[in-house]
Amino acid sequence: MAETTLETPVETHRPRRIKWGAIGDHTVLILGALLMMIPPLLALTTASHDAVTIHREGLQLTLGDNLGKNFHAAMFEKGGFTQTVDGTLMLMNSFILGIGFAVGKIIISMMAAYAIVYFRLRFATLAFWVIFTTLLLPLEVRILPSYEAIQKLGLTNTYTGLIVPLIASATGTFFFRQFFMSVPEELAEAARIDGAGPWKFFVDILVPLSRTMIAAIFIIMFVFGWNQYLWPTLITTDESFFTLVRGIKQIVLSYTDSQIPEHGQALALAIVAMIPPVAIVVFFQNWFVKGLTESDK
Amino acid sequence: MAQVSLEGIRKVYPNGFQAVQTTSFTIQDGEFVVLVGPSGCGKSTLLRMIAGLEEITEGTLKIGDRVVNDVDPADRDIAMVFQNYALYPHMTVRKNIGYGLKNRGNPASEIAAKVEDAAKMLNLTEYLDRKPAQLSGGQRQRVAMGRAVVRDPALFLFDEPLSNLDAKLRNQMRIEIKALQRRLGTTAVYVTHDQVEAMTMADRIIVLNAGRIEQIGTPSEIYHNPASTFVASFMGAPPMNLIRAQVEQGEVRINGYDGLMPAPASQNGPVTLGIRPEDVVLDDHGNIPFRVDILEELGAHRLLHGVVGEQPFSVMIGKDDAASTGTATLNLKPEALRLFDPETGRKL
Ligand SMILES: Nc1ncnc2c1ncn2[C@@H]1O[C@H](COP(=O)(O)OP(=O)(O)OP(=O)(O)O)[C@@H](O)[C@H]1O
Ligand SMILES: [Mg+2]
Repeated sequence: MAETTLETPVETHRPRRIKWGAIGDHTVLILGALLMMIPPLLALTTASHDAVTIHREGLQLTLGDNLGKNFHAAMFEKGGFTQTVDGTLMLMNSFILGIGFAVGKIIISMMAAYAIVYFRLRFATLAFWVIFTTLLLPLEVRILPSYEAIQKLGLTNTYTGLIVPLIASATGTFFFRQFFMSVPEELAEAARIDGAGPWKFFVDILVPLSRTMIAAIFIIMFVFGWNQYLWPTLITTDESFFTLVRGIKQIVLSYTDSQIPEHGQALALAIVAMIPPVAIVVFFQNWFVKGLTESDK
Repeated sequence: MAQVSLEGIRKVYPNGFQAVQTTSFTIQDGEFVVLVGPSGCGKSTLLRMIAGLEEITEGTLKIGDRVVNDVDPADRDIAMVFQNYALYPHMTVRKNIGYGLKNRGNPASEIAAKVEDAAKMLNLTEYLDRKPAQLSGGQRQRVAMGRAVVRDPALFLFDEPLSNLDAKLRNQMRIEIKALQRRLGTTAVYVTHDQVEAMTMADRIIVLNAGRIEQIGTPSEIYHNPASTFVASFMGAPPMNLIRAQVEQGEVRINGYDGLMPAPASQNGPVTLGIRPEDVVLDDHGNIPFRVDILEELGAHRLLHGVVGEQPFSVMIGKDDAASTGTATLNLKPEALRLFDPETGRKL
């Protein structure tokens, strides 16, 4: 938007003072950023070499000429024991897990928080603290019983088995509870008088009001779900359910006996696996910050 | 449009606190009733029981001919305006006003027409597509009003709707609300702690104190014949002078001063004597000495604060009347004297 100003700005050439402080700050920041960038960059450059080179010489600092080939092979060449999975399938599985995980968590925790905050439940506070203490029992602690239950239900090697046991979320419930408690009570009362029942109030008013909160939690949970490793490893043995995070290792493993491991392809997959979380954070960044800092009530 | 009657209504909060003691009164069809009282006296509680937002512990509430104790707020045919307006922040003004109609399944074209009408009535037409955050306090207040009038309810409930506005806007909105209610002829219950609002808007005022009704009456009755010292000091600015006195054989004697006046009550013994500051006249030949300590300029009037017989006392005089600090004498208009029981505060 070029706003025309009435006065033409007068060009003044004043000798700029060098702000050493600012330069120092930026140097630190740039160095930090570079340091963080090195591993992904190394992965990218190394992924552009063929397996033999990588096997012999280790990580590569320069770009080779096998980048396209490695990416193509990683994404589209069927691999694994059954020769049926390729990178695209794993990418899709990762998305299903990440999105299913995040959406599921949001729905469940919003509804739990709604029940706790807005309904005169007998043991609302107790219920909340019980939910909250499950923070002390992460999946890793209860993994055997969880596995047992899912297996008895016959849900191994299904998306349901992959996602549902993970979506109960104390963190989400906690955040939504805090948010709902900060929504003025009169809003619920006004809606009640306006003839909105509990469901309408939730859908028409609470959900739209929580949208920045939802976005923030979605990001966190998506990345969290995307990076799940232990649970998918346990619950899916069928290769067609493999996620990227898991598949990377599989690529390396499945070739070890016979030939040189395809490190190039594995790194290519690693890069593919990194992109969606980064993209989501970049894309939702605004909402993310808003959700954590402000809310328009 | 409806008559509202409360029969033996009482409220005890779950923590055991009795916010409203047993009360009964009837609000006539089309009447504008103001509930007034100090903070924490149970005004909101009473209003919210009528709205159905708070459970009624005991008693019967009727709107029209229907007992509504167990009727959902949505089905009581009421509309409420909240102190903080409680507008839906993510909806435009149009949607805010129309939301109640939409939930009741009115056809979209009808909603649109009614919303337009309400907006026109409240001068909101040009703001219909804005969000509440883009409006001034006064405009938000109007939207809240719009949300109430658009449904054409039997009863309006207001809980301190003007207390977030500045003084000037408050005066203006006061008149507008009253005019609107007159025009629509809808019964209204209005809660405020501002006695000026109560005096200017009400057909009838209900003065509450600590969960109990002190007095019900027209503004003029409340002002001129307060039923208790509480009402006398709460209603009217400046408040009524209340001084200790004795009644002896049909004459009143102010403590600390020996002059006598004819008493309006026959009872003998100590009393609290009440008189409004404007019912006192400064008179050089007056028979009660008055020491003026402070002169307060109010524009149209001047207020003299001082002591009579060692008790605080104020006198209101016209803006052109001469006055100065120091000693003066005054006369009380005998017909304006009110006597109260010094123990209970009730009128004698
Ligand atoms: N949910 C509740 N539980 C227990 N006590 C309550 C509850 N709500 C209000 N009270 C008490 O009931 C009394 C009356 O409250 P209410 O809100 O009706 O006062 P009010 O007259 O509207 O005052 P204000 O002018 O400050 O709004 C107060 O003493 C308050 O502390
Ligand atoms: Mg109140």
